[in-house]
Amino acid sequence: MTGGRRSFPVLLAALLMLVSMAPAVRRPLEASMTAQMLGQLPVLVAVGWLAARSLSARVLARVERWNRSGISGLILATAGAAFWMLPRSLDASTSQPLVAAGKYLSVPLLIGLPIALSWRRMGFVIRGLILAELVATCFRLGWLYRISPIRLCSNYGLDDQQRLGGYLLAVGGGLLVWLGWKLLWGRFETPSAARPQEGRRYWEPVQTLHCRMPASVASLRSAPSRSLERKERATMARCIEVIPTARSA
Amino acid sequence: MTGLRTALASAALLLGSAAGLAAATDGFAAFTTETARRVAVRRHPVELPPVTLESDAGTRFTLGDLRGRWLLVDFIYTRCPTVCSALGGDFAQLERELAGPIAQGRIRLVSISFDPAHDTPAQLSAYLGRFGARNAAWQAARPLTVEGLRRLTAAFGVTVIPDGVGGYTHNAAIHLVDPDGRLADIFDPGDPERVSETVLGNLDP
Repeated sequence: MTGGRRSFPVLLAALLMLVSMAPAVRRPLEASMTAQMLGQLPVLVAVGWLAARSLSARVLARVERWNRSGISGLILATAGAAFWMLPRSLDASTSQPLVAAGKYLSVPLLIGLPIALSWRRMGFVIRGLILAELVATCFRLGWLYRISPIRLCSNYGLDDQQRLGGYLLAVGGGLLVWLGWKLLWGRFETPSAARPQEGRRYWEPVQTLHCRMPASVASLRSAPSRSLERKERATMARCIEVIPTARSA
Repeated sequence: MTGLRTALASAALLLGSAAGLAAATDGFAAFTTETARRVAVRRHPVELPPVTLESDAGTRFTLGDLRGRWLLVDFIYTRCPTVCSALGGDFAQLERELAGPIAQGRIRLVSISFDPAHDTPAQLSAYLGRFGARNAAWQAARPLTVEGLRRLTAAFGVTVIPDGVGGYTHNAAIHLVDPDGRLADIFDPGDPERVSETVLGNLDP
């Protein structure tokens, strides 16, 4: 693992952070509720996610000891997200400089970074739960913003809130379609695969469980056969999907 | 071991987050800025700045001059087609319902304009006329300086944003100022009965 592969995302994170802090960018992003919730906050989450790659393997290993299956990171990120979903937090961050500074620090560090350190550790079920909850949150908030006659943020108008509601419904719908597509045709890693492997950094692909093997061996899968060696049987049992290679080697 | 450490870390994070969110929402009572300011003034009444106002009759005064009485204050602009009309209607009803204590000089109504450039004393007077204000106990007024307006809206917690078509969007509410000149309570528009009940409950017998 060279520094070069690591430094591009980190540079990108720094660049995104600086650009989003520039007054000429920040002002329009905070001028509407829609731009703040669907533009500024996701960018800051991405900054934290990318910045995670600056961490050394030693730090990662240390964090991992306290973050089995990504549970601790998930709790931290959820709490951070809950805080930044409060209408009064959005209001305060546009009118109080101290809260604004808090936003620029806490959204990357308390949401983006923990998600980056935890996502690959999480099992299939937890990931599914989070994505389903994300979709549900988009729909709940979107619906609320569409129909509420009351402005939730003092700094933003009702038309802005209703427009954001529409966008949130669209985002939730898009996520749902993507999730459905992934469930039907996508590939998943099992929790055992999500466990750390020796010397692997968290962003490197986990060992695939889509096993390629000679067609002659693959065809034996449905009928576990004594003709397979014990090691081959064990490998096969861990495969989600067996991909036969054209010709037996 | 990793499992145990993670359980410990998660428990600590859960407790910390719950405490943090409780602090950020006044004990899960206020999720919006509007609710937060109501919870805050009920717990700690807010001192109001001595800002000079010009009344619909052209006289100058500050809210401090009206100490010793309960004040009902709302923020309006006279061209407002929507919410402030509701507020005006509420004030008209409150003026009728509280006629007794008003006649004794124990309650005053003040409508403050946040559009002082347009809302001259003549406009303010016309506004009062439109809602059938019956006597001098309901005054409309405008701050004389932009700085005064800023200090006043900041103290009351009123946020005014231009709506892009010449009007304003603002949080509409009825504010109760106690005889010590402090902002003591805030009510939603549209429920004047609740306001008059609270005010009458606060009046000394």
